[in-house]
Amino acid sequence: MSTRITVNGESRMVDAAPDTPLLYVLRNDLGLNGPKYGCGLGQCGACAAIIGGNLVRTCSMPLRDVENDHVTTLEGLGSVENPHTLQKAFIAEQAAQCGYCTSGIIMAAKVLLDRNRNPDDEDIKNALADHLCRCGTHNRVVRAVRRAAVELAR
Amino acid sequence: MTDLVLSRRRFTQGLGIVVATFAWTTRSAIGQAPPNLPFSLRNNRKLEGWIRLEPDNSVVIFTGKAELGQGILTALAQIAAEELNVEFDKIRMVSADTTRGPDEQYTFGSQSVEQSGAAIRAAGTETRAILLAAAARRFDLPETQLKAMAGSVVATDGRRATYWQIASEQPEILRREIAANIVPKRPADYRIVGQSINRVDLPPKLTGRASYVQDMRLPGMIFARVVRPPRYGAKLMALDDTTVRSLPGVVAVIRDGHFLAVAAEREEQAIAALNALASGARWSDDGISLPDMSNLARELRQLRSETSVVGTAGQSEPAPPDAKRISAEYVRSYVSHGSIGPSCAVALLKDGHMTVWSHTQGAFPLRGDLAKVLGMQNSEVDVIHTQGSGCYGHNGADDVALDAALVARAVPGRPVKIQWMRDDEFAWAPIGPAMTTKVEAALSSEGRIVDWSYDVWSNSHAMRPGQAGGVNLLAAWDLSVPFTKSPPPRIPQPFGDGDRNAVPPYELARKEIRNHLLLDTPIRNGSFRTLGAHGNVFTIESFMDELAEAAQLDPIAFRLAHLKDPRARAVIEAAAATAGWSAGAKGDGWRGRGFAYSRYKTIGMYAAVVVDVSIDRNSGIVRVPKVVIAADIGSVVNPDGARNQLEGGIVQAVSVTLKEQVTFDRRQITSRDWAGYPILTFPEVPSIEVVLMNRSDPSLGAGEGSLAPTSAALANAFAHATARRIRLLPMTPERVKAALA
Ligand code: FES
Ligand code: FES
Repeated sequence: MSTRITVNGESRMVDAAPDTPLLYVLRNDLGLNGPKYGCGLGQCGACAAIIGGNLVRTCSMPLRDVENDHVTTLEGLGSVENPHTLQKAFIAEQAAQCGYCTSGIIMAAKVLLDRNRNPDDEDIKNALADHLCRCGTHNRVVRAVRRAAVELAR
Repeated sequence: MTDLVLSRRRFTQGLGIVVATFAWTTRSAIGQAPPNLPFSLRNNRKLEGWIRLEPDNSVVIFTGKAELGQGILTALAQIAAEELNVEFDKIRMVSADTTRGPDEQYTFGSQSVEQSGAAIRAAGTETRAILLAAAARRFDLPETQLKAMAGSVVATDGRRATYWQIASEQPEILRREIAANIVPKRPADYRIVGQSINRVDLPPKLTGRASYVQDMRLPGMIFARVVRPPRYGAKLMALDDTTVRSLPGVVAVIRDGHFLAVAAEREEQAIAALNALASGARWSDDGISLPDMSNLARELRQLRSETSVVGTAGQSEPAPPDAKRISAEYVRSYVSHGSIGPSCAVALLKDGHMTVWSHTQGAFPLRGDLAKVLGMQNSEVDVIHTQGSGCYGHNGADDVALDAALVARAVPGRPVKIQWMRDDEFAWAPIGPAMTTKVEAALSSEGRIVDWSYDVWSNSHAMRPGQAGGVNLLAAWDLSVPFTKSPPPRIPQPFGDGDRNAVPPYELARKEIRNHLLLDTPIRNGSFRTLGAHGNVFTIESFMDELAEAAQLDPIAFRLAHLKDPRARAVIEAAAATAGWSAGAKGDGWRGRGFAYSRYKTIGMYAAVVVDVSIDRNSGIVRVPKVVIAADIGSVVNPDGARNQLEGGIVQAVSVTLKEQVTFDRRQITSRDWAGYPILTFPEVPSIEVVLMNRSDPSLGAGEGSLAPTSAALANAFAHATARRIRLLPMTPERVKAALA
């Protein structure tokens, strides 16, 4: 069955069952790498993307529920050649080790900054409270989000 | 341009051959390894196996070590650029790949900079010297009038040739064995090593370019999942797979003994098929009786064991009879790696050749075991390291590689990707073994330790593929013609296994340290960051505080009184000064600070850690606002990379100390998701201050040395705050409340 969804500004037809978790559509039908499988249970945040302005765990959202909302993944923010302010800030702070958790974290930070242009460390930590990182890069991540906020305010 | 082409041809047709015949009769060509040959060069002597100058004006560096998120490729590229005198961005790294590149066995034990770094340094130095010599012949000038800089050899008369020009004129010059008889640069002359160069792999990862094995997509690729038994030891009795075979997209159901898998065109189809297959499978009631979690110390000591003395001194004299004797026992629970991305592999059987893409820590050892299980020759199997989610030792990476290969064998010509489900990783990957320890010491009236007796009980923390006497791959034990596990290796000190860091770093005139290697393995055991060092340093450093208290001495002063090594003393003093340690400060019931020191593996990096805690006595929740570490890792290749590693180890230590334990009933593991195995979250992470000592000594790995002393310092901080000591990790709220009751 075909469904039309808008991802990173492009309208795409996908041929997948309507109950397919969006994560697999993004990764396997659309070839996106940002959202990652971490738990499939909504517990870790590795799969997070922005849908209609909200942070969504794509492992737990069926394709049919996306409807007309626009989906943004890590790829939709920027590229190696033209990185988004947040991506630049994460590079500047070297805010990753393996980086497997980082896509979801950057997406959560994007939603935070869209709502709160001047978050303090506490705000940032709370916004990321449900995102797990096993490598222990948390403090760098908080610095990177703060740096991005400062950049965006310029 | 024309000139260059002409001269190139002239060189390759004429001189090149002459050079080729004269340059290669080095010592090594007649089979004698020079003394002090870097470890990784001993079995990988070909220079071109490490370094190649590519036609696109880049340098390819081959390493046998793997990027695990620790930034090793960046650090090694820095070393290569430094010794070669080329710009950093000219270096391209190829890691752990059995189709090309050196065999450096495993990426473990914080040895990558020590081993691969030393090899690449030697290879780089030698390449630069070879290019200089070749340029000297080309320009007919003595080498003293030539300089190698930024990828070119420049003559005092202004002539210059790039490395790539020289190499294309004389393609034979790097085809030789490494003699390793040239002295590398002096650290004082370093321009690239020692800089905090940004990680080369982060921009692609942070923008969503394919970077991980999870991101691999090969034409015609299908997805598979494995139905694992409900618990260790259960056997597949009966299978009804009719429903599964009729599900959309299902390509194959694979059954071999008790190994059961399903492949489908789409990933979600494979997962649906996994669930259907699981309900069609009937497993025997067999199981392995698991320890009683409520008394791990007793349970562990009841297992069969093999005892050896791993450190002893002064036993010919009796211990002073009038000394005050103190003893204590400690326990660390089973710990999971908890990789955020479950393990994943892609495998393809094509024209009789099996290729596996894997985030293994040991591509070559894994290749050997895969070949054994598949009944193929080593030459018919290749393992190509492709990055995965961070691992902190031996997680499911190797096991899923075999899973994928077994499925790929059933569908030749089609690439197969398997990513384990979350519960596969938690329930089936190797787990860092629980440990229990018993320590007794005697104090003289002056507060000196005059006797020390130590016992540690633990399963082996070293059960990787590639070990002798069996096959350490999960699915191999379930096949209709099963393989057996390798017996645990006997790893001598100073590396050790469960006894890693069991020998205290202190000056002790009389001591005996016994390791009880447990032979029964109820919980599948493997390597978690630092092996036994975590439990041993937790014990030794907790106990040092207990002794200091008994001697009524400041914990830091007490340690310094037993330490001579100036580098040890220096990190301790640096940590104390940075944290503003004040001797004699008292905890106030809910706040306190603790200290610990260790030198990883006894011969690795030095670390001294100060941890602050605050305790909510009602809820039993322990918070860690701040951690200070002073670390001596010898000469630092990439300071920011080292800090990142040290910080990561500290966060993980706080998590392990306060929260982490694999849980089980008497039949099966019950912590199978993040709710069952909580780890430290953003609001709980301490602020961290890292002091890196400035040293020019050889580099020591930074990946593991912060973990164990942080745990111990945290436990000491709790005791300092509350005057109660918890000797059982993790320090969960329940245990905290019980300790304070
Ligand atoms: S993969 Fe979606 S929350 Fe973990
Ligand atoms: S960087 Fe590895 S899990 Fe966060």
